[in-house]
Amino acid sequence: MKRVLSVCLILAITAFGAAAGNAQERLRMSTTTSTEASGLLSVLLPPFEKANNVKVDVIAVGTGKSLKLGENGDVDVVFVHARPAEDKFVADGYGIDRRDVMYNDYVIVGPKNDPAKIKGAKTAVEAFKRLAEGKADFISRGDDSGTHQKERELWKAAGIKPEGRWYIEAGQGMGPVLQMAFDKKAYALADRGTFIAYEGKLDLVILSEGDKALFNPYGIIAVNPKKHPKVKYDLAKKFIDYVTGPEGQKVIADFKVHGKQLFFPDAKK
Amino acid sequence: MDYIFKGFLDAGRLMASFDPDVWFIVWTSLQVSLLATLLASLAGVPLGALIALRRFRGKPILQVILNTMMALPTVVIGLLGYAFLSRRGPLGALELLYTPAGISLGLFVLALPTVVNLTLAAIQGLDPRLIVTCRLLGATPIQQTWKILREGRFAVTAAIVVAFGRVISEVGIAMMLGGNIRGFTRTMTTAIALETAKGEFELGLALGMVLLSVALGVNGMLFLLQRGKT
Repeated sequence: MKRVLSVCLILAITAFGAAAGNAQERLRMSTTTSTEASGLLSVLLPPFEKANNVKVDVIAVGTGKSLKLGENGDVDVVFVHARPAEDKFVADGYGIDRRDVMYNDYVIVGPKNDPAKIKGAKTAVEAFKRLAEGKADFISRGDDSGTHQKERELWKAAGIKPEGRWYIEAGQGMGPVLQMAFDKKAYALADRGTFIAYEGKLDLVILSEGDKALFNPYGIIAVNPKKHPKVKYDLAKKFIDYVTGPEGQKVIADFKVHGKQLFFPDAKK
Repeated sequence: MDYIFKGFLDAGRLMASFDPDVWFIVWTSLQVSLLATLLASLAGVPLGALIALRRFRGKPILQVILNTMMALPTVVIGLLGYAFLSRRGPLGALELLYTPAGISLGLFVLALPTVVNLTLAAIQGLDPRLIVTCRLLGATPIQQTWKILREGRFAVTAAIVVAFGRVISEVGIAMMLGGNIRGFTRTMTTAIALETAKGEFELGLALGMVLLSVALGVNGMLFLLQRGKT
């Protein structure tokens, strides 16, 4: 009895020690699921971590929540993709030093037989109109992520208020939404990065792509130390310089999944 | 169907491979869960005993409240925890958000009502003559409580086992207060959620098996403790 008890105690004490300790400097970044799930961050972060002896803590959530965490000062830097929301974040004084990092694009995916006949639509807006007319099942992220914001932008441009049984709001990340689209033989708007990562696992095909409206730029923003004095602004700035500098940009350009480049660096000098 | 079988295979392979990432996740889960269970037991068992042994006004109401607290969804605890621990929140200065200690704190809140409640029930289930006898024999209140807890140790240990099972298997608190940070606050449950979201069902299932094996180990130890054997 005593021995078991002491083992428990020792375990608990080491657990506490380990939980409290850890002295290495940490930079906290909130970002979108697409950068994490695609695997980009696992190649982009290590060179920076090694060179500066820091650990970058990644909190991968949707763009909406990422910016919210920045607003509350819970992270030091945000790396997201929703230009209007980013600009508002900066204009409200929560963020500074916003820089372009890279872009990819959105694609409209769906089942091969394409029941709503969106293949051949000239623009993304046209494709969305056909989706609404055909009342084919469409899975929406419904989570205020960058992708969801882009989707609402497209519905608005098409002059449609998506409603009805065909419009399914999943409230989940990109992966689960693609999964659901596959299971229900439905359509979805996806960022190309996540879609390529899932290609081969799911029987979905790209039905509309290439329109300018589907452009998907990513930006990086430091949390304003004037709003939250405790954020690690200097380290955040260093990280931004790395990601937008030649070294980080090269890592992004060289990053490939299934032999395809996912993100295109476009930081301005 | 295929991936269920593959999940079992992968679970064995994962555990046998001693992948440092996987073990770190297992270790983090154990750390935060054991710490939370320990603290909740240290606070909850005496508190449960106290409520059981004392007579006071509002006791039934307190019991109903405690019962209700057991139904608190973990996401709500996570949400409340976030509100308190965020830099904008009242406890923001502690900088516990997105750390293992922060998860532990949330898990403690989850475990406490369970421990208090089940200890309370355990003691109320004992023979009422026990306490009268203790008192008549001149035991101090602390001696009385100790005796009663010893008498009810099976049920009290069961309370701790239930609390541990709840904290190690929950995902809402670990996700909201830990942030699922790789190599820092990723726990078994948040890792399973992530792998599922990535479509890696086999890996998710394999991690689920690992979690069960770990729980088996801890419960084995608690069982020995309960039996009073060394």
